[in-house]
Amino acid sequence: MARAVAVAGTGQTKYKSRYPELTQPDLLRTAIRRALEDARLTLDDIDAVVYAMAPDALTGVMHAERWLADASGAIDGKPVIRINTGGATGLSAVQAGYDHIASGAFDTVLICAAERTGESGDAQSILNRIWDPMFERALPLNTITMLAMQAVCFFQKYGTTEEDMAHVSVKRHKAALKNPYAHIQQDVTVEEVLRSRMIAYPIKLLDSCPSSSGAAAMVLTNGETIKRLNERPAWITGLGCAAETYWMGDRTGPKAEAYHADSPALAQSIQTSYAMAGLAAKDMQVAELYAPFSNIELHVIPEAGFASPYEVARRMREGAFDLDGEMPINPSGGVLCSNPIAATALIRGIEAANQVMGRAGDHQVKGVRNALATGIGGDHQFFASMIFSDRPRAGDDLS
Amino acid sequence: MTAEHPNAVIEHWDIIYTHDKGPIVTEFYERLAENKILGRHCPKCGRVLLPPRAFCDRDFADTDKWVEVGQKGVIETFTVVFQKFRGLPDPPYCIAYVRLDGADTSILNFVRVPGLVDAEAVRHKLKVGQKVKVVFAPKGERTGRITDFWFEPEV
Repeated sequence: MARAVAVAGTGQTKYKSRYPELTQPDLLRTAIRRALEDARLTLDDIDAVVYAMAPDALTGVMHAERWLADASGAIDGKPVIRINTGGATGLSAVQAGYDHIASGAFDTVLICAAERTGESGDAQSILNRIWDPMFERALPLNTITMLAMQAVCFFQKYGTTEEDMAHVSVKRHKAALKNPYAHIQQDVTVEEVLRSRMIAYPIKLLDSCPSSSGAAAMVLTNGETIKRLNERPAWITGLGCAAETYWMGDRTGPKAEAYHADSPALAQSIQTSYAMAGLAAKDMQVAELYAPFSNIELHVIPEAGFASPYEVARRMREGAFDLDGEMPINPSGGVLCSNPIAATALIRGIEAANQVMGRAGDHQVKGVRNALATGIGGDHQFFASMIFSDRPRAGDDLS
Repeated sequence: MTAEHPNAVIEHWDIIYTHDKGPIVTEFYERLAENKILGRHCPKCGRVLLPPRAFCDRDFADTDKWVEVGQKGVIETFTVVFQKFRGLPDPPYCIAYVRLDGADTSILNFVRVPGLVDAEAVRHKLKVGQKVKVVFAPKGERTGRITDFWFEPEV
Protein backbone atom coordinates (compact mmCIF):
# COMPACT_ATOMS: atom_id res chain seq x y z
CA MET A 1 0.00 0.00 0.00
CA ALA A 2 1.24 3.47 -0.85
CA ARG A 3 1.31 6.24 1.71
CA ALA A 4 -0.93 9.23 0.93
CA VAL A 5 1.00 12.33 -0.18
CA ALA A 6 -0.28 15.87 0.35
CA VAL A 7 0.87 19.30 -0.78
CA ALA A 8 1.75 21.23 2.36
CA GLY A 9 2.71 24.49 0.69
CA THR A 10 3.77 26.21 -2.52
CA GLY A 11 5.84 29.26 -3.39
CA GLN A 12 6.56 31.24 -6.56
CA THR A 13 8.43 34.37 -7.55
CA LYS A 14 7.36 36.83 -10.21
CA TYR A 15 8.43 35.58 -13.65
CA LYS A 16 10.30 38.11 -15.74
CA SER A 17 13.13 38.38 -18.24
CA ARG A 18 15.90 39.20 -15.78
CA TYR A 19 16.60 39.17 -12.07
CA PRO A 20 19.32 41.79 -11.54
CA GLU A 21 18.43 41.98 -7.83
CA LEU A 22 18.85 38.23 -7.08
CA THR A 23 21.54 35.68 -7.95
CA GLN A 24 20.32 32.19 -8.80
CA PRO A 25 20.61 30.81 -5.21
CA ASP A 26 18.92 33.94 -3.83
CA LEU A 27 16.14 33.54 -6.37
CA LEU A 28 15.62 29.88 -5.47
CA ARG A 29 15.67 30.71 -1.75
CA THR A 30 12.91 33.29 -2.26
CA ALA A 31 10.53 30.66 -3.67
CA ILE A 32 11.56 28.12 -1.00
CA ARG A 33 10.93 30.58 1.85
CA ARG A 34 7.48 31.31 0.45
CA ALA A 35 6.67 27.60 0.15
CA LEU A 36 7.88 26.92 3.71
CA GLU A 37 5.87 29.85 5.09
CA ASP A 38 2.84 28.60 3.17
CA ALA A 39 3.34 25.13 4.67
CA ARG A 40 4.05 26.53 8.18
CA LEU A 41 7.31 24.55 8.20
CA THR A 42 11.01 25.38 8.47
CA LEU A 43 13.93 24.08 6.46
CA ASP A 44 14.73 21.72 9.36
CA ASP A 45 11.44 19.91 8.71
CA ILE A 46 12.56 18.97 5.19
CA ASP A 47 13.86 15.38 4.96
CA ALA A 48 14.99 15.42 1.31
CA VAL A 49 15.36 17.84 -1.61
CA VAL A 50 14.49 17.31 -5.28
CA TYR A 51 15.82 19.82 -7.81
CA ALA A 52 13.95 20.32 -11.06
CA MET A 53 16.71 21.38 -13.44
CA ALA A 54 16.52 21.42 -17.23
CA PRO A 55 19.51 21.62 -19.68
CA ASP A 56 22.42 23.37 -17.90
CA ALA A 57 23.18 25.75 -20.74
CA LEU A 58 19.84 27.52 -20.23
CA THR A 59 21.16 28.97 -16.98
CA GLY A 60 24.83 28.80 -17.94
CA VAL A 61 25.92 26.88 -14.85
CA MET A 62 26.85 23.23 -15.18
CA HIS A 63 25.69 21.02 -12.32
CA ALA A 64 24.06 24.07 -10.73
CA GLU A 65 22.60 21.98 -7.91
CA ARG A 66 26.02 22.46 -6.29
CA TRP A 67 25.59 26.25 -6.26
CA LEU A 68 21.97 25.94 -5.14
CA ALA A 69 22.58 23.49 -2.29
CA ASP A 70 22.84 26.02 0.52
CA ALA A 71 19.70 27.85 -0.66
CA SER A 72 17.69 24.67 -0.26
CA GLY A 73 19.29 23.27 2.89
CA ALA A 74 20.85 20.36 1.03
CA ILE A 75 23.82 20.29 3.41
CA ASP A 76 24.84 18.45 6.57
CA GLY A 77 23.78 15.02 5.32
CA LYS A 78 20.43 15.88 3.75
CA PRO A 79 19.61 13.70 0.70
CA VAL A 80 19.26 15.41 -2.68
CA ILE A 81 18.55 14.36 -6.26
CA ARG A 82 18.22 16.24 -9.53
CA ILE A 83 15.57 15.51 -12.20
CA ASN A 84 15.64 16.53 -15.88
CA THR A 85 13.04 15.60 -18.49
CA GLY A 86 13.27 18.89 -20.40
CA GLY A 87 10.00 20.81 -20.30
CA ALA A 88 8.41 18.06 -18.19
CA THR A 89 11.16 18.43 -15.56
CA GLY A 90 9.04 20.22 -12.96
CA LEU A 91 6.32 17.58 -12.80
CA SER A 92 8.81 14.72 -13.04
CA ALA A 93 10.47 16.24 -9.96
CA VAL A 94 7.13 16.28 -8.12
CA GLN A 95 6.70 12.63 -9.10
CA ALA A 96 10.11 11.84 -7.57
CA GLY A 97 9.06 13.69 -4.42
CA TYR A 98 5.79 11.76 -4.35
CA ASP A 99 7.70 8.46 -4.61
CA HIS A 100 9.99 9.51 -1.74
CA ILE A 101 6.96 9.83 0.55
CA ALA A 102 4.59 7.16 -0.84
CA SER A 103 7.37 4.59 -0.44
CA GLY A 104 7.89 5.53 3.19
CA ALA A 105 11.50 6.60 2.60
CA PHE A 106 10.86 10.21 3.72
CA ASP A 107 8.05 12.18 5.36
CA THR A 108 8.52 15.73 4.06
CA VAL A 109 10.17 16.63 0.75
CA LEU A 110 11.03 19.95 -0.90
CA ILE A 111 10.79 20.20 -4.71
CA CYS A 112 12.33 23.35 -6.15
CA ALA A 113 13.47 25.00 -9.37
CA ALA A 114 15.16 28.24 -10.38
CA GLU A 115 15.61 29.17 -14.02
CA ARG A 116 17.42 32.08 -15.68
CA THR A 117 16.36 31.61 -19.28
CA GLY A 118 16.48 35.35 -19.87
CA GLU A 119 20.20 35.55 -19.10
CA SER A 120 21.42 33.75 -22.20
CA GLY A 121 19.03 35.47 -24.55
CA ASP A 122 19.77 32.51 -26.78
CA ALA A 123 17.38 29.82 -25.55
CA GLN A 124 16.54 28.64 -29.06
CA SER A 125 20.22 28.32 -30.06
CA ILE A 126 20.79 26.27 -26.90
CA LEU A 127 17.70 24.15 -27.55
CA ASN A 128 19.03 23.30 -31.04
CA ARG A 129 21.58 21.22 -29.09
CA ILE A 130 18.88 18.81 -27.87
CA TRP A 131 19.09 17.16 -31.32
CA ASP A 132 21.62 14.53 -32.33
CA PRO A 133 24.85 15.74 -33.93
CA MET A 134 24.72 13.08 -36.68
CA PHE A 135 21.59 13.91 -38.67
CA GLU A 136 19.51 16.76 -37.27
CA ARG A 137 21.77 19.21 -35.38
CA ALA A 138 23.10 20.73 -38.59
CA LEU A 139 19.55 21.82 -39.38
CA PRO A 140 17.89 24.71 -37.55
CA LEU A 141 15.65 22.64 -35.31
CA ASN A 142 14.66 24.17 -32.01
CA THR A 143 11.53 24.07 -29.86
CA ILE A 144 9.81 26.70 -32.01
CA THR A 145 10.49 25.09 -35.39
CA MET A 146 9.62 21.60 -34.18
CA LEU A 147 6.32 22.82 -32.71
CA ALA A 148 5.60 24.90 -35.81
CA MET A 149 5.77 21.60 -37.68
CA GLN A 150 3.31 20.16 -35.13
CA ALA A 151 0.92 23.02 -35.96
CA VAL A 152 1.18 22.26 -39.68
CA CYS A 153 0.29 18.61 -38.98
CA PHE A 154 -2.62 19.65 -36.74
CA PHE A 155 -3.96 22.02 -39.41
CA GLN A 156 -3.68 19.22 -41.96
CA LYS A 157 -5.51 16.64 -39.85
CA TYR A 158 -8.15 18.71 -38.07
CA GLY A 159 -8.63 21.75 -40.29
CA THR A 160 -7.68 24.35 -37.67
CA THR A 161 -6.29 27.73 -38.68
CA GLU A 162 -3.89 30.48 -37.63
CA GLU A 163 -6.93 32.39 -36.40
CA ASP A 164 -7.85 29.47 -34.13
CA MET A 165 -4.35 29.71 -32.64
CA ALA A 166 -4.77 33.46 -32.15
CA HIS A 167 -7.92 32.90 -30.08
CA VAL A 168 -5.95 30.68 -27.67
CA SER A 169 -3.33 33.38 -27.28
CA VAL A 170 -5.95 36.06 -26.59
CA LYS A 171 -7.56 33.90 -23.88
CA ARG A 172 -4.30 33.15 -22.09
CA HIS A 173 -3.06 36.73 -22.21
CA LYS A 174 -6.35 37.83 -20.68
CA ALA A 175 -6.06 35.16 -17.97
CA ALA A 176 -2.49 36.20 -17.10
CA LEU A 177 -3.71 39.70 -16.18
CA LYS A 178 -5.17 38.12 -13.01
CA ASN A 179 -1.98 36.27 -12.08
CA PRO A 180 0.53 38.56 -10.32
CA TYR A 181 3.38 36.08 -11.03
CA ALA A 182 2.80 35.99 -14.82
CA HIS A 183 5.67 37.28 -16.96
CA ILE A 184 3.60 38.68 -19.83
CA GLN A 185 0.70 40.82 -18.64
CA GLN A 186 -0.65 42.41 -21.75
CA ASP A 187 -4.14 42.33 -23.24
CA VAL A 188 -4.00 41.39 -26.92
CA THR A 189 -6.61 41.08 -29.67
CA VAL A 190 -6.98 38.39 -32.34
CA GLU A 191 -5.92 40.97 -34.95
CA GLU A 192 -2.81 41.88 -32.97
CA VAL A 193 -1.80 38.22 -32.69
CA LEU A 194 -2.37 37.64 -36.41
CA ARG A 195 -0.40 40.78 -37.30
CA SER A 196 2.48 40.03 -34.90
CA ARG A 197 5.87 39.09 -36.37
CA MET A 198 6.02 35.64 -37.97
CA ILE A 199 8.67 33.60 -36.14
CA ALA A 200 8.33 30.13 -37.72
CA TYR A 201 5.23 29.63 -39.84
CA PRO A 202 2.52 29.40 -38.52
CA ILE A 203 3.81 30.48 -35.07
CA LYS A 204 3.92 34.23 -34.53
CA LEU A 205 5.45 36.28 -31.74
CA LEU A 206 2.16 36.52 -29.82
CA ASP A 207 1.55 32.76 -30.21
CA SER A 208 4.81 32.21 -28.31
CA CYS A 209 5.92 31.93 -24.69
CA PRO A 210 8.53 34.36 -23.34
CA SER A 211 12.04 33.41 -22.10
CA SER A 212 11.43 33.74 -18.38
CA SER A 213 13.51 33.77 -15.23
CA GLY A 214 12.03 32.88 -11.86
CA ALA A 215 11.71 30.20 -9.22
CA ALA A 216 9.08 27.89 -7.77
CA ALA A 217 8.91 25.45 -4.86
CA MET A 218 6.49 22.90 -3.44
CA VAL A 219 6.55 21.05 -0.13
CA LEU A 220 5.03 17.56 -0.01
CA THR A 221 4.35 15.63 3.15
CA ASN A 222 2.72 12.50 4.54
CA GLY A 223 -0.80 12.10 5.97
CA GLU A 224 0.25 12.22 9.60
CA THR A 225 2.17 15.48 9.20
CA ILE A 226 -0.40 17.29 7.07
CA LYS A 227 -3.07 16.86 9.75
CA ARG A 228 -1.35 19.40 11.99
CA LEU A 229 -0.42 21.80 9.18
CA ASN A 230 -3.28 22.33 6.82
CA GLU A 231 -7.01 21.72 7.14
CA ARG A 232 -7.52 21.94 3.40
CA PRO A 233 -4.54 20.36 1.64
CA ALA A 234 -4.32 19.12 -1.92
CA TRP A 235 -3.61 15.40 -2.17
CA ILE A 236 -1.80 13.76 -5.06
CA THR A 237 -4.27 11.12 -6.22
CA GLY A 238 -2.94 10.28 -9.68
CA LEU A 239 0.25 10.49 -11.66
CA GLY A 240 1.56 9.21 -14.95
CA CYS A 241 4.42 9.57 -17.33
CA ALA A 242 5.04 8.26 -20.85
CA ALA A 243 7.65 8.66 -23.56
CA GLU A 244 7.41 8.94 -27.34
CA THR A 245 10.00 8.07 -30.01
CA TYR A 246 12.99 10.41 -30.24
CA TRP A 247 12.66 10.50 -34.04
CA MET A 248 10.24 13.22 -35.12
CA GLY A 249 10.31 11.90 -38.67
CA ASP A 250 8.96 8.57 -37.38
CA ARG A 251 5.81 10.44 -36.33
CA THR A 252 4.76 10.78 -39.97
CA GLY A 253 3.62 8.43 -42.71
CA PRO A 254 1.22 5.46 -42.77
CA LYS A 255 3.34 3.32 -40.43
CA ALA A 256 3.63 5.97 -37.71
CA GLU A 257 2.33 4.94 -34.30
CA ALA A 258 1.94 8.60 -33.34
CA TYR A 259 1.26 11.32 -35.92
CA HIS A 260 3.09 14.55 -35.06
CA ALA A 261 -0.27 16.39 -34.76
CA ASP A 262 -1.14 14.28 -31.74
CA SER A 263 0.69 12.89 -28.74
CA PRO A 264 -0.77 9.50 -27.84
CA ALA A 265 1.90 9.17 -25.16
CA LEU A 266 0.57 12.32 -23.47
CA ALA A 267 -2.96 10.90 -23.60
CA GLN A 268 -1.60 7.67 -22.14
CA SER A 269 0.15 9.54 -19.32
CA ILE A 270 -3.06 11.40 -18.47
CA GLN A 271 -5.18 8.23 -18.65
CA THR A 272 -2.73 6.58 -16.26
CA SER A 273 -3.27 9.49 -13.84
CA TYR A 274 -7.05 9.27 -14.16
CA ALA A 275 -7.00 5.48 -13.62
CA MET A 276 -4.77 5.76 -10.54
CA ALA A 277 -7.12 8.36 -9.06
CA GLY A 278 -10.24 6.44 -10.06
CA LEU A 279 -11.38 9.55 -11.92
CA ALA A 280 -12.06 10.70 -15.48
CA ALA A 281 -11.83 13.93 -17.47
CA LYS A 282 -15.38 14.86 -16.41
CA ASP A 283 -14.29 14.82 -12.75
CA MET A 284 -11.73 17.63 -13.26
CA GLN A 285 -12.86 21.19 -12.46
CA VAL A 286 -9.70 22.89 -13.77
CA ALA A 287 -6.50 21.96 -15.63
CA GLU A 288 -3.07 23.54 -15.98
CA LEU A 289 -1.81 22.11 -19.25
CA TYR A 290 1.77 22.62 -20.50
CA ALA A 291 1.45 24.52 -23.79
CA PRO A 292 4.29 26.92 -24.68
CA PHE A 293 2.73 27.90 -28.02
CA SER A 294 -0.93 28.54 -28.80
CA ASN A 295 -1.20 25.55 -31.18
CA ILE A 296 -0.06 23.18 -28.43
CA GLU A 297 -3.03 23.96 -26.21
CA LEU A 298 -5.35 22.97 -29.09
CA HIS A 299 -3.92 19.45 -29.13
CA VAL A 300 -3.33 19.02 -25.40
CA ILE A 301 -6.97 19.76 -24.47
CA PRO A 302 -8.17 16.79 -26.57
CA GLU A 303 -5.40 14.54 -25.22
CA ALA A 304 -6.74 15.26 -21.72
CA GLY A 305 -10.25 14.32 -22.83
CA PHE A 306 -11.81 17.78 -22.49
CA ALA A 307 -12.89 18.16 -26.15
CA SER A 308 -12.72 16.45 -29.52
CA PRO A 309 -9.76 17.65 -31.62
CA TYR A 310 -12.29 18.55 -34.31
CA GLU A 311 -14.26 20.80 -31.92
CA VAL A 312 -11.57 22.20 -29.65
CA ALA A 313 -11.01 25.39 -31.67
CA ARG A 314 -14.73 26.22 -31.82
CA ARG A 315 -15.20 25.55 -28.13
CA MET A 316 -12.15 27.69 -27.34
CA ARG A 317 -13.77 30.62 -29.17
CA GLU A 318 -17.07 30.02 -27.37
CA GLY A 319 -15.32 30.38 -24.00
CA ALA A 320 -15.63 26.76 -22.82
CA PHE A 321 -12.06 26.90 -21.44
CA ASP A 322 -12.25 30.38 -19.85
CA LEU A 323 -12.05 30.97 -16.09
CA ASP A 324 -15.87 30.97 -15.94
CA GLY A 325 -16.30 28.37 -18.70
CA GLU A 326 -17.42 24.78 -18.32
CA MET A 327 -13.81 23.49 -18.14
CA PRO A 328 -11.33 26.22 -17.18
CA ILE A 329 -7.90 25.62 -18.73
CA ASN A 330 -4.75 27.50 -17.69
CA PRO A 331 -6.46 30.18 -15.57
CA SER A 332 -2.93 31.31 -14.56
CA GLY A 333 -2.25 32.37 -18.14
CA GLY A 334 -0.21 29.22 -18.55
CA VAL A 335 3.13 28.63 -20.19
CA LEU A 336 2.22 31.03 -22.99
CA CYS A 337 2.69 33.92 -20.51
CA SER A 338 5.51 32.53 -18.28
CA ASN A 339 8.12 29.95 -19.23
CA PRO A 340 11.04 29.56 -16.80
CA ILE A 341 11.76 26.19 -18.40
CA ALA A 342 12.89 23.95 -15.49
CA ALA A 343 10.21 25.43 -13.24
CA THR A 344 7.40 25.54 -15.79
CA ALA A 345 5.84 22.11 -15.25
CA LEU A 346 6.31 22.50 -11.47
CA ILE A 347 4.27 25.70 -11.76
CA ARG A 348 1.52 23.69 -13.49
CA GLY A 349 1.47 21.43 -10.41
CA ILE A 350 1.60 24.39 -8.00
CA GLU A 351 -1.26 26.16 -9.77
CA ALA A 352 -3.36 22.97 -9.85
CA ALA A 353 -2.68 22.30 -6.14
CA ASN A 354 -3.46 25.92 -5.24
CA GLN A 355 -6.80 25.62 -7.06
CA VAL A 356 -7.69 22.57 -4.93
CA MET A 357 -6.59 24.37 -1.74
CA GLY A 358 -8.60 27.47 -2.67
CA ARG A 359 -5.42 29.57 -2.74
CA ALA A 360 -5.20 30.54 -6.40
CA GLY A 361 -6.07 34.19 -5.77
CA ASP A 362 -7.88 36.22 -8.42
CA HIS A 363 -7.82 33.33 -10.88
CA GLN A 364 -9.38 30.85 -8.43
CA VAL A 365 -11.97 28.57 -10.03
CA LYS A 366 -15.01 27.90 -7.86
CA GLY A 367 -15.60 24.48 -6.32
CA VAL A 368 -12.41 22.69 -7.40
CA ARG A 369 -12.26 19.12 -6.09
CA ASN A 370 -9.81 17.72 -8.68
CA ALA A 371 -7.26 19.49 -10.88
CA LEU A 372 -5.03 18.12 -13.64
CA ALA A 373 -1.48 19.31 -14.35
CA THR A 374 0.70 18.23 -17.30
CA GLY A 375 4.24 18.69 -18.59
CA ILE A 376 5.91 18.07 -21.96
CA GLY A 377 9.66 17.72 -22.54
CA GLY A 378 12.14 16.99 -25.30
CA ASP A 379 10.76 17.30 -28.82
CA HIS A 380 7.27 16.29 -27.61
CA GLN A 381 8.98 13.21 -26.27
CA PHE A 382 8.56 13.05 -22.47
CA PHE A 383 5.15 13.54 -20.91
CA ALA A 384 4.14 13.81 -17.25
CA SER A 385 0.77 14.36 -15.63
CA MET A 386 -0.62 14.60 -12.11
CA ILE A 387 -3.98 14.95 -10.39
CA PHE A 388 -4.45 16.95 -7.21
CA SER A 389 -7.62 16.31 -5.19
CA ASP A 390 -9.35 17.64 -2.08
CA ARG A 391 -9.22 14.21 -0.42
CA PRO A 392 -6.70 11.36 -0.33
CA ARG A 393 -6.84 8.55 -2.83
CA ALA A 394 -9.11 5.73 -1.67
CA GLY A 395 -7.07 3.07 0.09
CA ASP A 396 -3.93 5.14 0.60
CA ASP A 397 -2.20 4.79 3.97
CA LEU A 398 -2.74 8.03 5.92
CA SER A 399 0.26 7.57 8.24
CA MET B 1 29.19 44.17 -17.54
CA THR B 2 27.58 45.93 -20.45
CA ALA B 3 25.80 49.26 -20.82
CA GLU B 4 22.49 47.42 -20.72
CA HIS B 5 23.46 45.23 -17.75
CA PRO B 6 26.01 47.22 -15.71
CA ASN B 7 26.05 44.76 -12.78
CA ALA B 8 26.25 41.51 -14.75
CA VAL B 9 29.10 39.07 -15.38
CA ILE B 10 29.61 38.13 -19.05
CA GLU B 11 30.43 34.46 -19.67
CA HIS B 12 31.11 32.72 -22.98
CA TRP B 13 31.19 28.95 -23.48
CA ASP B 14 33.49 27.67 -26.21
CA ILE B 15 33.56 23.88 -26.27
CA ILE B 16 34.71 21.61 -29.08
CA TYR B 17 33.27 18.09 -29.23
CA THR B 18 34.61 15.34 -31.50
CA HIS B 19 31.61 13.02 -31.85
CA ASP B 20 32.39 9.52 -33.20
CA LYS B 21 29.87 8.54 -35.87
CA GLY B 22 30.09 4.76 -35.63
CA PRO B 23 29.69 2.38 -38.60
CA ILE B 24 26.04 3.07 -39.53
CA VAL B 25 26.32 6.84 -39.69
CA THR B 26 29.73 6.57 -41.39
CA GLU B 27 28.30 4.28 -44.08
CA PHE B 28 25.34 6.61 -44.66
CA TYR B 29 27.62 9.59 -45.29
CA GLU B 30 30.02 7.59 -47.48
CA ARG B 31 27.11 6.58 -49.73
CA LEU B 32 25.70 10.10 -49.58
CA ALA B 33 28.99 11.27 -51.10
CA GLU B 34 28.10 8.98 -54.05
CA ASN B 35 24.66 10.65 -54.34
CA LYS B 36 22.89 7.68 -52.74
CA ILE B 37 20.51 7.85 -49.76
CA LEU B 38 20.31 4.68 -47.71
CA GLY B 39 17.94 3.65 -44.94
CA ARG B 40 18.10 0.66 -42.62
CA HIS B 41 15.56 -2.17 -42.64
CA CYS B 42 14.07 -3.57 -39.41
CA PRO B 43 13.52 -7.33 -39.73
CA LYS B 44 10.73 -7.30 -37.14
CA CYS B 45 8.41 -4.46 -38.18
CA GLY B 46 9.68 -4.30 -41.76
CA ARG B 47 10.07 -0.52 -41.71
CA VAL B 48 12.82 1.18 -43.68
CA LEU B 49 14.22 3.73 -41.23
CA LEU B 50 15.65 7.00 -42.43
CA PRO B 51 17.79 8.48 -40.92
CA PRO B 52 19.41 5.04 -40.60
CA ARG B 53 20.10 3.49 -37.21
CA ALA B 54 21.69 0.33 -35.89
CA PHE B 55 18.45 -0.70 -34.18
CA CYS B 56 14.71 -0.10 -34.36
CA ASP B 57 13.40 1.65 -31.25
CA ARG B 58 9.97 0.09 -31.67
CA ASP B 59 11.25 -3.51 -31.63
CA PHE B 60 14.65 -3.09 -29.97
CA ALA B 61 15.88 -5.30 -32.83
CA ASP B 62 19.14 -4.83 -34.77
CA THR B 63 18.43 -3.47 -38.24
CA ASP B 64 19.66 -6.06 -40.77
CA LYS B 65 20.29 -4.42 -44.13
CA TRP B 66 20.76 -1.25 -46.11
CA VAL B 67 17.98 -0.16 -48.47
CA GLU B 68 18.57 2.57 -51.02
CA VAL B 69 15.54 4.87 -51.07
CA GLY B 70 14.24 7.03 -53.91
CA GLN B 71 15.22 10.64 -54.44
CA LYS B 72 11.66 11.85 -54.73
CA GLY B 73 9.17 12.09 -51.91
CA VAL B 74 6.45 14.08 -50.21
CA ILE B 75 6.52 16.83 -47.59
CA GLU B 76 5.03 15.43 -44.39
CA THR B 77 5.39 18.67 -42.43
CA PHE B 78 7.33 21.90 -42.76
CA THR B 79 7.97 25.34 -41.34
CA VAL B 80 9.42 28.53 -42.75
CA VAL B 81 11.53 30.57 -40.35
CA PHE B 82 11.52 34.36 -40.44
CA GLN B 83 13.33 34.99 -37.15
CA LYS B 84 17.11 35.10 -36.78
CA PHE B 85 18.42 32.79 -34.04
CA ARG B 86 22.06 33.17 -33.07
CA GLY B 87 24.20 30.39 -34.54
CA LEU B 88 21.42 29.32 -36.90
CA PRO B 89 21.04 30.37 -40.56
CA ASP B 90 19.83 33.75 -41.74
CA PRO B 91 16.09 33.71 -42.46
CA PRO B 92 13.94 33.14 -44.35
CA TYR B 93 14.41 29.41 -44.88
CA CYS B 94 12.17 26.37 -45.10
CA ILE B 95 12.82 23.03 -43.38
CA ALA B 96 10.63 20.00 -43.89
CA TYR B 97 10.30 16.35 -42.96
CA VAL B 98 10.15 14.54 -46.29
CA ARG B 99 9.21 10.87 -46.71
CA LEU B 100 11.29 9.64 -49.62
CA ASP B 101 9.94 6.87 -51.86
CA GLY B 102 10.72 3.53 -50.24
CA ALA B 103 11.24 4.93 -46.74
CA ASP B 104 8.69 4.52 -43.94
CA THR B 105 9.92 7.49 -41.93
CA SER B 106 10.76 11.06 -42.86
CA ILE B 107 14.08 12.85 -42.92
CA LEU B 108 14.58 16.54 -42.20
CA ASN B 109 16.30 18.95 -44.52
CA PHE B 110 16.06 22.37 -46.11
CA VAL B 111 13.57 22.89 -48.91
CA ARG B 112 14.74 25.49 -51.37
CA VAL B 113 11.67 27.32 -52.63
CA PRO B 114 12.15 30.70 -54.30
CA GLY B 115 10.11 33.65 -53.16
CA LEU B 116 9.31 32.65 -49.56
CA VAL B 117 9.38 36.31 -48.59
CA ASP B 118 6.44 36.35 -46.18
CA ALA B 119 3.73 34.20 -44.60
CA GLU B 120 1.38 34.80 -47.52
CA ALA B 121 3.95 33.29 -49.88
CA VAL B 122 4.29 30.29 -47.54
CA ARG B 123 0.54 29.70 -47.61
CA HIS B 124 0.58 29.68 -51.43
CA LYS B 125 3.80 27.83 -52.16
CA LEU B 126 3.97 25.02 -49.60
CA LYS B 127 1.64 22.30 -48.45
CA VAL B 128 1.66 18.89 -46.78
CA GLY B 129 1.75 16.16 -49.42
CA GLN B 130 3.67 18.34 -51.88
CA LYS B 131 6.10 16.40 -54.09
CA VAL B 132 9.77 17.25 -53.79
CA LYS B 133 13.05 15.91 -55.14
CA VAL B 134 16.54 15.55 -53.68
CA VAL B 135 19.23 17.92 -54.96
CA PHE B 136 22.89 17.34 -54.06
CA ALA B 137 25.39 20.10 -53.44
CA PRO B 138 28.18 20.37 -56.01
CA LYS B 139 31.00 17.94 -55.11
CA GLY B 140 33.45 20.67 -54.20
CA GLU B 141 31.05 22.28 -51.71
CA ARG B 142 30.24 19.26 -49.54
CA THR B 143 31.03 19.12 -45.83
CA GLY B 144 30.05 15.56 -44.94
CA ARG B 145 26.94 16.73 -43.13
CA ILE B 146 23.24 16.24 -43.85
CA THR B 147 23.18 19.63 -45.56
CA ASP B 148 25.13 18.10 -48.49
CA PHE B 149 21.67 17.66 -50.00
CA TRP B 150 18.37 19.52 -49.84
CA PHE B 151 14.91 19.31 -51.35
CA GLU B 152 13.32 21.31 -54.13
CA PRO B 153 9.74 21.22 -55.39
CA GLU B 154 9.30 18.65 -58.14
CA VAL B 155 8.04 20.76 -61.01
